Amino acid sequence: MQNVLAIFKKEFKAYFLSPIAYVFITVYLVVTNFLFFQGFFIINQADMRGYFGLLPWVFLFFVPAITMRIWAEEKKVKTLELLLTWPVSDLEVVIGKFLASFCFLGITILLSITVPITIALLGNPDEGAIIGGYIGSLLMGAAYLSIGLWVSSLTENQIVAFIIGVVVTFALFMIGNPFVTMVAPAGAVPLLTYLGLGNHFESVGRGVIDSRDIVYYLSVIGFFLFLNIRSIESRKWE
Amino acid sequence: MNGSNGSVMMDVRQLNKRFGDVHAVRDLTFQVKKGEVFGFLGPNGAGKTTTMRIVTCYIPASSGTISVGGHDTVEHSLDVRKKIGYLPENNPLYNDMMVTEYLKFAGELRGMQGDKLSSRIDEMVQVCGLAKMTGREIGKLSKGYRQRVGLAQAMLHDPDLLILDEPTSGLDPNQIIEIRELIKKIGREKTVIYCSHILSEVSATCTRILIINNGSPVATGTAEELTSQMGSGNQYVLRVRGSGPDIEAKLQGVAGVSSVSASQDNEWASVRVACEGNEDIGESLFRCVVDNRWSLAELKRERASLEEVFTQLTRG
Ligand SMILES: Nc1ncnc2c1ncn2[C@@H]1O[C@H](COP(=O)(O)OP(=O)(O)O)[C@@H](O)[C@H]1O
Ligand SMILES: [Mg+2]
Repeated sequence: MQNVLAIFKKEFKAYFLSPIAYVFITVYLVVTNFLFFQGFFIINQADMRGYFGLLPWVFLFFVPAITMRIWAEEKKVKTLELLLTWPVSDLEVVIGKFLASFCFLGITILLSITVPITIALLGNPDEGAIIGGYIGSLLMGAAYLSIGLWVSSLTENQIVAFIIGVVVTFALFMIGNPFVTMVAPAGAVPLLTYLGLGNHFESVGRGVIDSRDIVYYLSVIGFFLFLNIRSIESRKWE
Repeated sequence: MNGSNGSVMMDVRQLNKRFGDVHAVRDLTFQVKKGEVFGFLGPNGAGKTTTMRIVTCYIPASSGTISVGGHDTVEHSLDVRKKIGYLPENNPLYNDMMVTEYLKFAGELRGMQGDKLSSRIDEMVQVCGLAKMTGREIGKLSKGYRQRVGLAQAMLHDPDLLILDEPTSGLDPNQIIEIRELIKKIGREKTVIYCSHILSEVSATCTRILIINNGSPVATGTAEELTSQMGSGNQYVLRVRGSGPDIEAKLQGVAGVSSVSASQDNEWASVRVACEGNEDIGESLFRCVVDNRWSLAELKRERASLEEVFTQLTRG
């Protein structure tokens, strides 16, 4: 546990050692606020469905940017050899890094609190739906993060990690999208729909949290963190 | 325990490592005893780094076993890693961290905490001469200081076995001498494996040397044993009154000198000078001594040279 905490602290601090973190958070807030409020006054409804509806797309680019550095840099600077010859298990390192990126994303998401406050000033929103939406966003974000983290462990180039991260996340998003399920064999449609990253967020976006969606996100997280451990171990394969 | 009769710290048996077609380590068997400063010497590509990566559990062997302090590197990887302090080749560091912050991080991962960790960090900062650098960002330090940070990290938890892979590479001659002195100091109490492709580095600091070439062992023994085993060449032995590092630095500048190593004995330094080729440079050495106004008690030429032994053993 001390190991996980030490890695978590180091990685979390690392985000704020460069100005990029602040630029990142600012851009995230400006982009999501702009896209949301642009439509908000047209639709004229006091809820955040429109805001949460943006997130699967916005995360597609923002989350791989959070994770791209986390392993790639260790590989490039060769600190991986230092880290993995200290008495820590691969699992502890992966969990520590994941939690750090999760907290960074969490802070970014929660800083959008100005949005529900603004809405509350203008109308009478359903608070339960908004809280549910935030929890769902964190879950979905964590799933995206686990993908980005794994991809970062495959390369020593951050930019490559970013691009592949976007592509892999997009692919997992699209397999459940009507674009794909329309042309897929009928038998595969339920499976594809279930696997699609986006399909578990619609009800969440309305503030309805279904345990099946939670199980789905936790499975995705577990699966990609497992792949991450395997890819760290892969240096040992002949 | 100390010296060559001590118990075994590390036991390597029939070690092999293949990377595809490259057979990087071949049937390597050797032991490192407690208290030794063990020189692991070989030209670039000989397999030193690969061997150390296997010892530190970073990569597995293709075949063979290693135990460190009685623990097998595969079965008890965490126990082995706890016992080892490691300065990897090229000294990778987290460049965006501060020196103290980095040492704290490394210490926490070593299971150290609180006051014990802080006082240990202070101690390492003193030993490694980092006092003025504690608040600096590692990425902005000079190479010499980075090396000290790497050493401080490796020694932080007072490891049973300290592994240094080319600890002086990329340093200028003065920094090399400083780091070498530091390692000598550490070596009085610790078991150290010192990897290098430079003979003079190893012969100046190590109690015993293993020379490998193309992944196989070619010779082992003390510097004297290796020298008497074979080869002949040109070496000078001097006894000069003055400080060892200073004398080393000055003599290094004499034309024809390939390496200098000095050991201090009160105010007198015993200096061993190896030279390139077979030229007689006795007079130049004498002039250097006179120019620096040092007292000279002895200047003699010795025939056998470890440098030549090394070259012969690792040729081709
Ligand atoms: N990861 C690797 N993949 C393929 N070949 C490698 C790898 N690491 C080392 N080698 C090869 O193994 C040999 C030994 O290298 P190394 O252990 O680094 O030697 P040294 O440290 O003695 O200079 C070299 O031929 C090197 O090219
Ligand atoms: Mg090497």
